[in-house]
Amino acid sequence: MAKMKGAVVVNTERCKGCNLCVAACPLHVLSLTSKVNQKGYNYVQQVVENTCNGCSSCAIVCPDGCLTVYRTKSEE
Amino acid sequence: MTKEDIIKPENLVYQKPRLLNDNPMHYCPGCSHGVVHKLIAEVIDEMGMAEKTIGISPVGCAVFMYNYLDIDCQEAAHGRAPALASAIKRLWPDRLVFTYQGDGDLACIGTAETIHALNRGENITIIFINNAIYGMTGGQMAPTTLLGMKTATCPYGRVPEIHGYPLKMTEIAATLEGTCYVTRQAVHTVAAIRRAKKAIRKAFENSMQGKGSNLVEIVSTCNSGWKMTPEAANKWMEEHMFPFYPLGDLKDTSETK
Repeated sequence: MAKMKGAVVVNTERCKGCNLCVAACPLHVLSLTSKVNQKGYNYVQQVVENTCNGCSSCAIVCPDGCLTVYRTKSEE
Repeated sequence: MTKEDIIKPENLVYQKPRLLNDNPMHYCPGCSHGVVHKLIAEVIDEMGMAEKTIGISPVGCAVFMYNYLDIDCQEAAHGRAPALASAIKRLWPDRLVFTYQGDGDLACIGTAETIHALNRGENITIIFINNAIYGMTGGQMAPTTLLGMKTATCPYGRVPEIHGYPLKMTEIAATLEGTCYVTRQAVHTVAAIRRAKKAIRKAFENSMQGKGSNLVEIVSTCNSGWKMTPEAANKWMEEHMFPFYPLGDLKDTSETK
């Protein structure tokens, strides 16, 4: 069955670590890292690779427009 | 399928709107202003009005709106954005003119300008960010602060005997003859953001079709001013703000005008 596969790319320097995307993700693929960006914020990262279906919820709620979402059909 | 296979230009489904530039926003982490900026940028781009839009930024946190949106912007004196927008729209009727105001700007110092611009039926859109607090100046009580809500200037909670009652500007606007579309939205969930975007689009279209003035109130959070995390602020807003500021369209005469 065709399944939607997604990937999230984070603009880590723009991210302020507000955690809203982590809360909005229905599949829990995002998490704040322990690393910090130049401004000192713990930025967000996609921690689970295969679960994301590219629904874009994270990017829609992101107040700073840090997230770019890609989505494609997978025949696996 | 690896992440590299998915990340290709043809698979792109969401990115930062074109009209939102790369300047890092000065807003606090999790602030609703960023989401509303994104929605405005998306709507203007989808309408193809990027070259023909004039935004009026207020005094308040959104005073630097012109740094983030790649459209023409004009700064107004505190609270006077609707008056300036009226003038710009009358001189340039083919331009999309909107004001972007917070509750201190619109509901306090600019109450007269706001009500009269709406009542005159100027073909403008007012985006009203209501976070029930003065965010930029450090979390003082606003006209829209809820009863019992603690702020820097009412540390024991707002009491009606001393501070009066919260002001529902959107309800007042809905009673005015000049308004075409008056709605209250929020941007705390994906569904709410989609509804808010539709509302902004409708308001912008109404103003371009000369149907009258439009007011889109966005019930927002100010997590720094409320002293909460962004997630807790969203939850607090759902529990406390929405009962007093219920979401939905208050007036819509865009079909009949």
